[in-house]
Amino acid sequence: MIACVARKKVEMIYEVVVGVEVHAQLRTRSKMFCGCGTTFGLSANSQTCPVCLGLPGTLPVINKAAVEMAVRAGLALNCTIGANNRFARKNYFYPDSPKGYQISQYESPICEHGWIEIAVGDGKKRVRIRRAHLEEDAGKNVHETGTSGSRVDLNRAGTPLLEIVTEPDMRSADEVVAYLKGLRDILMYLEVCDGNMDEGSFRCEPNLSIRPLGQKEFGTKVELKNINSFKFVKDAIEYEIKRQTKVLNEGGKIQQETRLWNLDRGETAVMRSKEEAHDYRYFPDPDLVPLKLDKDWIEGFRGTVPELPAERAARFATEYKLPEYDAGVLTASKGIADYFESCVKLFNQPKTVSNWVMGELTRELNNSGTDVSASPVSPERLVSLLQMVDKGTVSLKVAREIFPEIYASGKTPEQIVQEKGLTQVSDEGALEKIIDEVLAKNPVQVAQFKEGKQQVLGFLVGQVMKASGGKANPGKVNELLKKKLGA
Amino acid sequence: MKLVSLSPCTPVSLRACSPVSLPACRLVSIKTMSIHKLSLCDLQEKFTAGEVTAAEIVRAYFLRIGQVETKIKAFVTQAKESASAQAEALDQKLKGWRKTKPLTGMPLAIKDNVCTEGVPTTCSSRMLQNFVPPYDATVVAKLRAQEYILLGKTNLDEFAMGSSTENSAFGPSRNPWNLHCVPGGSSGGSAAAVAADECVAALGSDTGGSIRQPAAFCGVVGLKPTYGRVSRYGLVAFASSLDQIGPITKDVSDAAFLLGAIAGHDPMDSTSADLPVPDYMKVLKKMDLKKLKVGVPMEFFAEGLDQEVEQAVRAAIEELKNLGGEIKEIQLPRTDAAVAVYYVVATAEASSNLARFDGVKFGLRAKETKDLLDLYMKTRQEGFGPEVKRRIMLGTYALSAGYYDAYYGKAQAVRTLICQDFEAAFKDVDLIVTPVTPTPAFKLGEKSEDPLQMYLSDIFTISVNLAGLPAIALPCGFSKAGLPIGLQLIGRAFEEETMLRAAHAYEQSTQWHLKRAMVR
Repeated sequence: MIACVARKKVEMIYEVVVGVEVHAQLRTRSKMFCGCGTTFGLSANSQTCPVCLGLPGTLPVINKAAVEMAVRAGLALNCTIGANNRFARKNYFYPDSPKGYQISQYESPICEHGWIEIAVGDGKKRVRIRRAHLEEDAGKNVHETGTSGSRVDLNRAGTPLLEIVTEPDMRSADEVVAYLKGLRDILMYLEVCDGNMDEGSFRCEPNLSIRPLGQKEFGTKVELKNINSFKFVKDAIEYEIKRQTKVLNEGGKIQQETRLWNLDRGETAVMRSKEEAHDYRYFPDPDLVPLKLDKDWIEGFRGTVPELPAERAARFATEYKLPEYDAGVLTASKGIADYFESCVKLFNQPKTVSNWVMGELTRELNNSGTDVSASPVSPERLVSLLQMVDKGTVSLKVAREIFPEIYASGKTPEQIVQEKGLTQVSDEGALEKIIDEVLAKNPVQVAQFKEGKQQVLGFLVGQVMKASGGKANPGKVNELLKKKLGA
Repeated sequence: MKLVSLSPCTPVSLRACSPVSLPACRLVSIKTMSIHKLSLCDLQEKFTAGEVTAAEIVRAYFLRIGQVETKIKAFVTQAKESASAQAEALDQKLKGWRKTKPLTGMPLAIKDNVCTEGVPTTCSSRMLQNFVPPYDATVVAKLRAQEYILLGKTNLDEFAMGSSTENSAFGPSRNPWNLHCVPGGSSGGSAAAVAADECVAALGSDTGGSIRQPAAFCGVVGLKPTYGRVSRYGLVAFASSLDQIGPITKDVSDAAFLLGAIAGHDPMDSTSADLPVPDYMKVLKKMDLKKLKVGVPMEFFAEGLDQEVEQAVRAAIEELKNLGGEIKEIQLPRTDAAVAVYYVVATAEASSNLARFDGVKFGLRAKETKDLLDLYMKTRQEGFGPEVKRRIMLGTYALSAGYYDAYYGKAQAVRTLICQDFEAAFKDVDLIVTPVTPTPAFKLGEKSEDPLQMYLSDIFTISVNLAGLPAIALPCGFSKAGLPIGLQLIGRAFEEETMLRAAHAYEQSTQWHLKRAMVR
């Protein structure tokens, strides 16, 4: 996309060029190089051992599950998987880095030369993935107000990360967001990353530069950090485009630097300049022998790559005849898509199911912060509710009203309906009685209807529904009313 | 040639007390008196037979330590209390039913860069002066499982960087043969402790000769296993691609015995080899060297080699020939590059390995620091000695952007060539024989002002580490001044057996290992 700048004199049009680094935390049970757990949010340093504390004499051992996840991710991202892997040490001093170096990959990353497809406007576009490599996460420095000094929590130190780096292929904030969403969906589908941006399981760092439209050479690159939601990605990139455009239009130069996104101020600020950039003194980690991956072993994972979000969305649209919007929303999360398909198997009205899953169910899941895999309303229960509506046992309105209760109480829809006496009244005798009362009370409207004012019928139906406490079957009421009014 | 049985119950144990230990001998039984002179295999035999208790062993050793340690200064930490308690417990447990493990009750010393749970592990550095590891190194866990007794932790050059123990933050150890001389290094404390009978055997670590050079200087046996033969887990790393833990013992049988106890694959160390461990004691039975091809690399007998050392080694080669060995001259043309390669590779790895000593999580933390950078700088300034700082700076430089290819990259390339030299040589021979050191032990202070001279004292041992091969140092004579001279046998990777067999045959056909240091 193009950032247009309407200035009086300089009518230069700039194009933004963006590449992205993503750090995806792999969902292994244990850390990258030791047996410690990876659970988020435990008390400080409770998830540590001599190895991840970097105690003298300890040695790393590669977590096979992390390698498998990286291979599966690499295959899904259309990468070449390296047969010969070397881990390298990235040397720098920081309190959250217990060994004084991070074990990463440098010269021979596990995945290279991949791509994913993103939607751009009406068309599609490939974003090339330069490399994806395995590395270990750092711990966290904790600065508590009211205490002296800082503390270090090494629970996260040694957690496996897959760092995924694109080529500078994106040309707008929207493309970056589309790429990130697509990538996150894929990793979550593969169940190699939980995608939780708040907890830092999926962290993104865009690199961007701007250049006059038509120019081949890249401009000076700025790296953005501290962005933990898609909205901030968009905001930060758009802010940065404006800032850089202004600098250039005023005759200034862009400095190569790392800038932090400040959420409160809605702007980026310098974190460190190029001059302060580290010399990481990468060299092959002598504690780890080269990791050789057998070709057949790699290929064995190809069959395990599940149907990915884009393919699944396309299938949902054709197979279930869903609008593209529905197909996209439902397939963005593997859990939701699986849930939807479980429901459709039991109740073959895809659009109805889609409405409920995207609406009521998603709302309750979000409100309670629950993953769909742990939903208290199983597909079977949702379907039994939908069937009650379908058969006319309850009205759609009632079904919607009681859904939160079904969700919260853990009771079956039948139980709730029965307890509350919400069964829809379809019995003609009972309904006729109510209708007679309503007609008797509203002679004016009855007269109007007979004079040809058709729309009054709606009012009368409403009155009957109200009088029945919402339990009357609206279809039946309609039918009986018309009969009574001689229409 | 002399044929002996598998368990060499040599007359050593029956020899009279040395004059130094005489006054003490009067106070204790003859049995206790001579315990510290026994080899590991002999002591083990006596203990298994019930002729001596663990408590008697520990008492005997601490008596000996009490007599000589003020002169030798082999230990950084003595573990008298825990050793005594452990001995009592073992004796209680074994009462009436002596079911022992190979090392039950055996009193060992361990170099102070190998982690011992609950016992300080200082690396002879101020940085780790108060560091008590919460875990055991794999070798220590193996020894513990075999019910060994830890007598103490031995002195070394700080972080194993040095060839004399003069780089220890806690002062140098002395050579038991001549207290004015260094015991060698970096495992000088372990070698001196074995030579002075302060322990029955010890563990050292060897990065460029740190087991073999002190063994040669102290007249004992030192074995550096093939890289990957023994787990490095728990060895405080100096240069990860070169470090190996190995035994320092009174004779070759003991080295074979102790190697068998610590060798083997360790899932905690990715660089440890997943290969079966042969019975090293069994291979010692064959006492001749018939059909064994022994290579003599011309490059190791060049200028700078002390005449007395050359004579002793040449005589040893003659003896190997007498034992049936077929002597062949071979070439290792890149020998002259080894020291240069080593001081790039080892320092590069060290600069990274020692980054964790930053004052944040363990070890020394400088006081009164104004910010994080100040904390790092002051801690490392105060915690590290000059040689460690020198090597960190060298290594940091070698890895720096713009210099990496010229130094680290080039060094790795030449390292490959050195490996190829050995591979080519081992196509023609089964074993390579060389001196261990260019000279016998030098005097304290003689080389400490000249790091390059000090580095060159490892010239014959370094290439073995670069190629990852096993090698053993054993006594092959004495200088006129009465200092021991060492012989080095280098084997093919993971063929410690051949090397041990030849070393044992040579040892048994000579008497060098029976001559003991008189500490005075």
